[in-house]
Amino acid sequence: MSAVILFLGVIAVIAGWWLSQQRLTAKPWLEAGPIDDFPGTGAMTWPAAKVGLGVFLAVAGSLFTLFISAYSMRMNMADWRTMPVPTVLWFNTGVLVISSVALQWAYVATRRNDIDGAIVGLLAAGGAAITFLAGQLLAWQQLNAAGYFVASNPANAFFYMITAVHGLHLTGGLLALGRTTAKVWHRNAATAEMRLSVELCTIYWHFLLLVWVVLLGLLTGWTNDFVDICRQLLS
Amino acid sequence: MVDVPYDGITGIPPAEVPEVELYHPKSWWTQYVFSQDAKVIAIQYSLTASAIGLVALVLSWLMRLQLGFPGTFSFIDANQYLQFITMHGMIMVIYLLTALFLGGFGNYLIPLMVGARDMVFPYVNMLSYWVYLLAVLVLASTFFVPGGPTGAGWTLYPPQAILSGTPGQEWGIVLMLSSLILFIIGFTMGGLNYVVTVLQARTRGMTLMRLPLTVWGIFTATVMALLAFPALFVGSVMLLLDRLLGTSFFMPSLVEMGQLSKYGGGSPLLFQHLFWFFGHPEVYIVALPAFGIVSDLISTHARKNIFGYRMMVWAIVAIGALSFVVWAHHMYVSGMYPYFGFFFATTTLIIAIPTAIKVYNWVLTLWRGNIHLTIPMLFALGFIVTFVNGGLTGLFLGNVVVDVPLSDTMFVVAHFHMVMGVAPIMVVLGAIYHWYPKVTGRMLNNVLGQFHFWVTFLGAYLIFFPMHYLGLLGVPRRYFELGEAAFIPPSAHSLNQFITVVALTVGFAQMVFLFNLAWSLFEGEPSGGNPWRATTLEWQTPETPPGHGNWGKELPVVYRWAYDYSVPGAAEDFIPQNQPPTTGAIQGAAP
Repeated sequence: MSAVILFLGVIAVIAGWWLSQQRLTAKPWLEAGPIDDFPGTGAMTWPAAKVGLGVFLAVAGSLFTLFISAYSMRMNMADWRTMPVPTVLWFNTGVLVISSVALQWAYVATRRNDIDGAIVGLLAAGGAAITFLAGQLLAWQQLNAAGYFVASNPANAFFYMITAVHGLHLTGGLLALGRTTAKVWHRNAATAEMRLSVELCTIYWHFLLLVWVVLLGLLTGWTNDFVDICRQLLS
Repeated sequence: MVDVPYDGITGIPPAEVPEVELYHPKSWWTQYVFSQDAKVIAIQYSLTASAIGLVALVLSWLMRLQLGFPGTFSFIDANQYLQFITMHGMIMVIYLLTALFLGGFGNYLIPLMVGARDMVFPYVNMLSYWVYLLAVLVLASTFFVPGGPTGAGWTLYPPQAILSGTPGQEWGIVLMLSSLILFIIGFTMGGLNYVVTVLQARTRGMTLMRLPLTVWGIFTATVMALLAFPALFVGSVMLLLDRLLGTSFFMPSLVEMGQLSKYGGGSPLLFQHLFWFFGHPEVYIVALPAFGIVSDLISTHARKNIFGYRMMVWAIVAIGALSFVVWAHHMYVSGMYPYFGFFFATTTLIIAIPTAIKVYNWVLTLWRGNIHLTIPMLFALGFIVTFVNGGLTGLFLGNVVVDVPLSDTMFVVAHFHMVMGVAPIMVVLGAIYHWYPKVTGRMLNNVLGQFHFWVTFLGAYLIFFPMHYLGLLGVPRRYFELGEAAFIPPSAHSLNQFITVVALTVGFAQMVFLFNLAWSLFEGEPSGGNPWRATTLEWQTPETPPGHGNWGKELPVVYRWAYDYSVPGAAEDFIPQNQPPTTGAIQGAAP
């Protein structure tokens, strides 16, 4: 469970930093009246949706870290047989990177009020993400055809399960991306709301790319040495 | 928003809030059924949770009938008994307490207490309830599927949870795990709302250190739940795959019904780690809102400011953080690495420190307070006593050497029922008596309330105190019947009968409470806007029950903390949070 403890440690540091900005040592019973920075409430100036996404990423991060924790505990058992990596995964990773870059492009374009550029970026990102999902299905199919069934080994089971969870998160993101694209499509000028939507999609995409890279490292076993070093340090 | 200079004479001009931000219901359906108003969602959550909670209550009666009078009731067999304990535990912990505290009280109180018009994402909030309802329906449907609900115990430990000897192996366990997954998805939607509303939607002047402790408790518990429920999610998904697809995440190779099963190599211990990584924070997810609410009840009904407000806040945060590093104290007998036990016993005892700080502060708030023994106050006092009792037995069980012989006995049952069953329920009931006037505009009947409190409080002690003794004798939990055992004297059997009779009586008292809820809705004495003369914002709304948007045209402005009771020199013994600080000319001029 050390992975998830580490993750929660990071969350705790962020939360602690935030709390330290909140005058938790104030003595509210002595401070009737307007507070110093009136009318501020100490609330962040970020829009609520952005904070909401931040909290959601913490939840999703916790979920993926727990999968990783379970993975690293299970992989030490005797019956673990590492699976070969389907080559298509490399292609998929590249496509997901393109998707993230395209969204970043769209985000920059909305900031520059370039609606056409934003639409191109959004469509490219969506197309790339769908290609990624199709590629993941192809990888499943190849593994299945090669006899690596979901139940034949825990390594296979983890591979199918974790890629499915990641794919579902991306599918959810595609719904939001579709709505954002529709929003941009019908406008002539960039609005604050549109910029925010594109920005939130971009943040989510980068997050899912990061998660995918970590998962890929884990599932393909490149990070095994790293995990071993961590384990030795911790035990 | 411009910075308004404060001249000490006039109040701060209230913020003008544009109307457009608020969702407005257009039809009967969107006003009462598919409503996006947090108050309606809160009531929907509370009613659904109470309804499924009643099912769990009936299950507890059936269990007690079997334990008190084994062999008498032919309609209860061993498999059904296991199904009853499983469903009772799961419903009470997750579908009742978690949903009621966060979905019910959280939805109703957060926007009102922080001075917001609604939750920040009303649509997602509405979805949260409907997904929760779906989870409850899936759970309830297990009573009607072939094989019935799962009988694996609320912890759902593999391997037995999905093996064919366990009742509900066919459908029950699959639907149970699906229902949990749905619940977590629904909760995450709601939880995002509660957290972001507290972070972003506080009204002017409402700093974090001016929040009522109720909001602190619900806020911290929600953050914990958002981070801890994924562990249950992961565990449930993996167990579901083991059951449906035949993977071996948790399942070791074993012989099932005389044949070698298809499973092999898995680790049941892994499930326990995941389960309790959620399961222990869950205890505090239920306890922290209770801590917060009880602080407000005590302060209001003792007409005294809460003692050590800052310490209370820090303790809530500290408990929230520490509760993530104590999970394996549920696993001392699981066969995990023994030195882990030492570590987890230490952290478990450390968490007693912030908890004890809270208990001392409640007691010191009562000290020389102007205590009004209203029904909410009675329940709050009942909570303190019960929580201390349950907490003390927790110190026993937190130590490895004491826990090992007491593990899986009735002592454990008594402990967790006192500390996370009876104690939070006391707060729920007290809170209902306290806030019912705000929700409905009418008071609950006092005589019925007195009857309800005394029967429930005394009854709970008569039920659970003897269980400690049974546990020390060695009476195991989860046994359908005790049979003949040398270490169980006949007195244990008569004690079991006694407990059963009391449990049925306490159950009857809850029916009286339900009657009171329904009857007072129409016949209760009108309460006015602020019957308890309380300071927090929800009592200062222009309408009671609060209208759509909570505050009329202008949001309130907050000038003080939530606990200005019996301030020396003040005209009244309470000063609402939105009252400006100078006396005389502008008294009562502000909203």
